[in-house]
Amino acid sequence: MDRTALRLDPGVALRPEPFGALAYHYGTRRLVFLKHPDVVRVVEGLDGSTPTSEVLESCGIPADRQPAIERALDALVRSGIVSEVAA
Amino acid sequence: MTALVDQLSRGLMAPICLTWELTYACNLDCVHCLSSSGRRDPRELSTAEAIALVDELRGLGVFYVNIGGGEPMIRRDFFTIVEHATSNGVGVKFSTNGTFIDEAAAKRIASMDYLDVQISIDGLDPDTNDAVRGTGTHETALRAARRLAAAGMRDFKLSVVVTRHNVDQLDGLLALADSLGAQLRVTRLRPSGRGAQSWDDLHPTDAQQRVIHRWLLDHGDRVLTGDSFFHLNALGESLPGLNMCGAGRVVCLVDPVGDVYACPFVIHEQFKAGNTRDQGGFTAVWRESTLFADLREPGSAGACASCGAYDVCRGGCMAAKFFTGLPLDGPDPECVGGEGERALAIAGPRPVSDVDHSRRPRPITPVPVVLVTK
Repeated sequence: MDRTALRLDPGVALRPEPFGALAYHYGTRRLVFLKHPDVVRVVEGLDGSTPTSEVLESCGIPADRQPAIERALDALVRSGIVSEVAA
Repeated sequence: MTALVDQLSRGLMAPICLTWELTYACNLDCVHCLSSSGRRDPRELSTAEAIALVDELRGLGVFYVNIGGGEPMIRRDFFTIVEHATSNGVGVKFSTNGTFIDEAAAKRIASMDYLDVQISIDGLDPDTNDAVRGTGTHETALRAARRLAAAGMRDFKLSVVVTRHNVDQLDGLLALADSLGAQLRVTRLRPSGRGAQSWDDLHPTDAQQRVIHRWLLDHGDRVLTGDSFFHLNALGESLPGLNMCGAGRVVCLVDPVGDVYACPFVIHEQFKAGNTRDQGGFTAVWRESTLFADLREPGSAGACASCGAYDVCRGGCMAAKFFTGLPLDGPDPECVGGEGERALAIAGPRPVSDVDHSRRPRPITPVPVVLVTK
């Protein structure tokens, strides 16, 4: 199945930190660590309409790194930091 | 040490978990009060200063503050400060003894977004609780909890300091929280503030530490702990959460007069990093204080260096060591490997904080008076 587009959940704030960023969901009070600057760049690039593969390309993520970033995004979807938007 | 804990130990642009004690005034006189509260301090931050601090924290990207005291609801501007914070993206979790939660306050609290409340209760029955918190406080806490539940507040917290006398009530306390639609929070007793005098009598026994560890492993997914029991990881399986001392690294305390300490459990000159009224405000204290810079340096394991458990217990709690007279680079006084008891037997004098707002002053050494007759 083709992925729907992703976006940072509207209830989430990001704070840049030396290791990446902190993400806090004001609704669920959940605090999540984005442990790599690449993940932060991709999350900031999600706009709710561009397909994830294109966001990864535009962020300059090399092909061999893309599966790891996609796994990180899956985990962020499960924790509610990133949400799926129906196309 | 995980890469994340390693990174966090070097400090962050702003704290993750900032405790802000709004006032030293308190209507109670709990024997384990971390901040030796009782009387208001005349130098406490004004409403305008408190609002300005919230704005500064918002600019730093602090997601939420943990408000405590003293009893924070004693401040007449309590809701003014809280509403300013929550309407500007700084969530509030506040800790109260419940005395001032009448029906109107309960409705107001329940109606606010980004506001969490925890009611302190230290025993399942009045005898256990009131021995620590004072006569009638069990009923007061329960009444406040029932009012919050009736007002539709969901997932408020019942907050329990685990002592020798309530370890065997943990199941009952969890059931009590469930019955109120609340969440149970349990934290570790520290020998800080008035706790310095009560810790020897109240802290869990070695056998009870094992019970707590097992209980948290079995119930940790439903119970909050503030990640305060990481010294128990030396028993084997690690507890959920960030297993590290966050003092000055991811955590700090702002006290009612604006003094910034490394954590809520070390209100003592030695751990004071600065004051929010100083040039540069809180931001400069967090980013530039030499105390915090030192805490963010990789620490030595000291006497724990040869212990196989050090990687998971990290030597335990700095505050617990400090206020029991133990070296900071040695075992925690409640070390489950038995090193704590050995260390306590030869511990130095216990440091006493000169920050004490207890209504009953500590007994002082009598000064002999010599009457001279002419």
